[in-house]
Amino acid sequence: MSFTQTLKAVSVAGAMALLMSSAASAVTLNMMNGSEPGSLDPHKASGDWENRIIGDYIEGLMAEDANADAIPGQAESYTVSEDGLVYTFKLREGIQWSDGEPVTAEDFVFAFQRLFNPATASEYAYLQFPIKNGSELAEGSITDFNELGVKAIDDKTLEITLEGPTPYFLQALTHYTAYPVPKHLVDKVGDSWTAPENIVGNGPYKITEWVPGSYVKAVKSETYYDAANVQIDEVNYFVQDDLAAALARYRAGEYDILTDIPSDQAEWIKTNLEGQDYFAPFLGVYYYVINQEKAPFDNVEVRKALSMAINRDVIGPDVLGTGELPAYGWVPEGTANYEGVAPYQPEWIGLSYEERVAQAKAIMEGLGYTASTPLAVQLKYNTNDNHQRVAVAISSMWEQIGVKTELFNSETAVHYDALRAGDFQVGRAGWLLDYSDPSNTLELLTTGIMQEGQMNWGNNYGRYSNPEFDALIKSAAAEADLTARAKMLGDAEKIAMDEVGAIPIYWYIAQNVVAPSITGFVNNAKDIHRTRWLTKAE
Amino acid sequence: MFGFALRRVLSALPVALIAVTACFFILRLAPGGPFDGERALPPQTLANLRAHYNLDQPLVSQYLIYIGRLLQGDFGPSMVYNDFTVSQMLWIGLPFTLMLGFTAFVIGTIVGLLAGAISAVNQNKLPDYLLVALVMIGLVVPNFLIGSVLQLVFGVYLGWLPAGGWQNGSLAHLVLPVAVLVLPHAGRTARLMRGSMIEVLGTNYVRTARSKGLGTRLILARHAIKPALLPVVSYLGPGLSYLLTGSLVVEQIFALPGIGKYFISAALNRDYGLVLGTTILYMFIILAVNLVVDVLYAWLDPKVRLR
Repeated sequence: MSFTQTLKAVSVAGAMALLMSSAASAVTLNMMNGSEPGSLDPHKASGDWENRIIGDYIEGLMAEDANADAIPGQAESYTVSEDGLVYTFKLREGIQWSDGEPVTAEDFVFAFQRLFNPATASEYAYLQFPIKNGSELAEGSITDFNELGVKAIDDKTLEITLEGPTPYFLQALTHYTAYPVPKHLVDKVGDSWTAPENIVGNGPYKITEWVPGSYVKAVKSETYYDAANVQIDEVNYFVQDDLAAALARYRAGEYDILTDIPSDQAEWIKTNLEGQDYFAPFLGVYYYVINQEKAPFDNVEVRKALSMAINRDVIGPDVLGTGELPAYGWVPEGTANYEGVAPYQPEWIGLSYEERVAQAKAIMEGLGYTASTPLAVQLKYNTNDNHQRVAVAISSMWEQIGVKTELFNSETAVHYDALRAGDFQVGRAGWLLDYSDPSNTLELLTTGIMQEGQMNWGNNYGRYSNPEFDALIKSAAAEADLTARAKMLGDAEKIAMDEVGAIPIYWYIAQNVVAPSITGFVNNAKDIHRTRWLTKAE
Repeated sequence: MFGFALRRVLSALPVALIAVTACFFILRLAPGGPFDGERALPPQTLANLRAHYNLDQPLVSQYLIYIGRLLQGDFGPSMVYNDFTVSQMLWIGLPFTLMLGFTAFVIGTIVGLLAGAISAVNQNKLPDYLLVALVMIGLVVPNFLIGSVLQLVFGVYLGWLPAGGWQNGSLAHLVLPVAVLVLPHAGRTARLMRGSMIEVLGTNYVRTARSKGLGTRLILARHAIKPALLPVVSYLGPGLSYLLTGSLVVEQIFALPGIGKYFISAALNRDYGLVLGTTILYMFIILAVNLVVDVLYAWLDPKVRLR
């Protein structure tokens, strides 16, 4: 394209935009959404910035309310069998795709089959593995999709059969991996159904424009069953990676919602944008993994000393400045299906920090590591200001107990490649829960599985392994009684944490900033805020 | 002149092939791959993804597949962005990058030449000092700082201009990003122009012209400007390439949909297709700009044509 053509194109676009903006005074929500979406296909997405858009334009059987709890979405009602294995959903009358086609049970069956199809290569398919034969289909050990536990009884009735009783299943259905896809469209255009010229959805909004690197635009869908209660007419999800610039644009009134902030501005925001800071804990843990296949980290006492010497109380408020709460256990407080289990506390929780350091120092000295003959530890983290601050702080804390830390940072792809290969001593990691259930974090510490002559450790980078722990996780998965299940999982957490299978450091907090003109934004444990619940005063 | 240009084009082709090849293999030497994210993928999924993008084949056949596609003008798929091909992403972003770069180039060059010439004519007088000071500021203050300051002053405190974005495609959105790009370019141009102008004004032929009684304006127009431009023109090529390929920071700060940011983010994501696509596109831009400059130079200086 030549320069003059470009100039013409841009001036025409500008003129059109001016005309359009003066034509109607629609209520528009401008949201700073973070990175560029990798895909708007629910089977190919993997980030929360994609979830914010996808959850606005497609709706699953279950949807999230303002608190992010599961409520009926496309399903009007459901019944669960006695044994908790069979869920029968009744779809709402009159639900439609935004092109006018009806949403049928067949769309859901098709979507689940596509999700588990190895050819789709869906990264997050495992979230729906509670569904009967889901994992077998994804791994290719079963190839007949009729064996999947998702059946359309008729156009309006869907039956889902599970592998075992799964108390969080309704919640798992709110995840985008369980969303329907428009069969009539995918049959026609295949994987390019989410291209801007093809895309249709069944949610409160429909996508009308996507300029890569700039924004995705959605407008209210009039075919949505609850359209009468949706106030905001248009949503712009802006791509914005530079957080300092994002804050400036928020202050200039160009954004109504910031979904992330520059950490060093947290204090400033709390003081100067009073009432607009929505900083709240949500389900996620920031932790260090220790390579338990390497000496001396295979020694529980060493891991314990390293954990004890970390002064978690100063990390959230002082090192990061955003007020993250210290983490000692593995399951975030407020996780569902964990009633009756007290938050895990190590036996040394009652000691003051000085006493903990003294004890940790004694442990290390007993093993021959002192200030003059320190244990050399390499701490790996992915390049990021916050990770660096935490690593620097922790390395100085460890220095007191005879540990000399070498910091090693690399970009994300290299870092996780090293963690998976077991090529590290101590490494940074983090986990945001996919759904509110203790099994979601605890399964990170289960022993790897032998596959094709190779151990697959999954996300258990430290390669923690304890048969007793594995057995508890396994029997909990088959337990229908919630109280008994919670107890098993609680016992498992205690075993893994007593042995310091990994070192939890803090619980993540969501860092939203919301303009005073927006109402209906509720802090919640999943940090999910669907636009349909928000209203904006003009 | 035509033969000269043709020879230049032909000699650029092997350069392009070598660059693409080097880029392809260097990228694969880097540890980590496009699917090494925060979460481990099930082995079957990983295998499927690798097969989908031909990553399971030997490196040489991957290279041949890539070159084959490239010859048909296809940059292949992005491994991170599923809903667009690399070609689509680049075609959407390129006009913005070109417009931003060219606008800054035109404004920056004019401003720089004028400032340099005025400085030279008024050497060591007040206008010269003022201009040199301004030029230095443009040269030494990094663009992410200037960008953030302009954003705060004009976007937040004064509220005169949008602090970023491209929503309306309006001229107002262009002002701040272009200003950030203009400053260093105008600064460098002005410095070169001032230096070479001072040199030309001291040459014998200018002194001769003056002794013949020609006025300053006539001397400048007839005898001084063209030779003084030579060093500036040789800088304009790299200067334009830099503006077209170096808008990365500006695009990030002002959240513009250009291709500059893919250059870095794709490399970090190991999005092989997008890295190669961006690099090749940039390479062609640079080759093209250099070609134009060479031809322009030949026109300005007959000595170059004869060589």
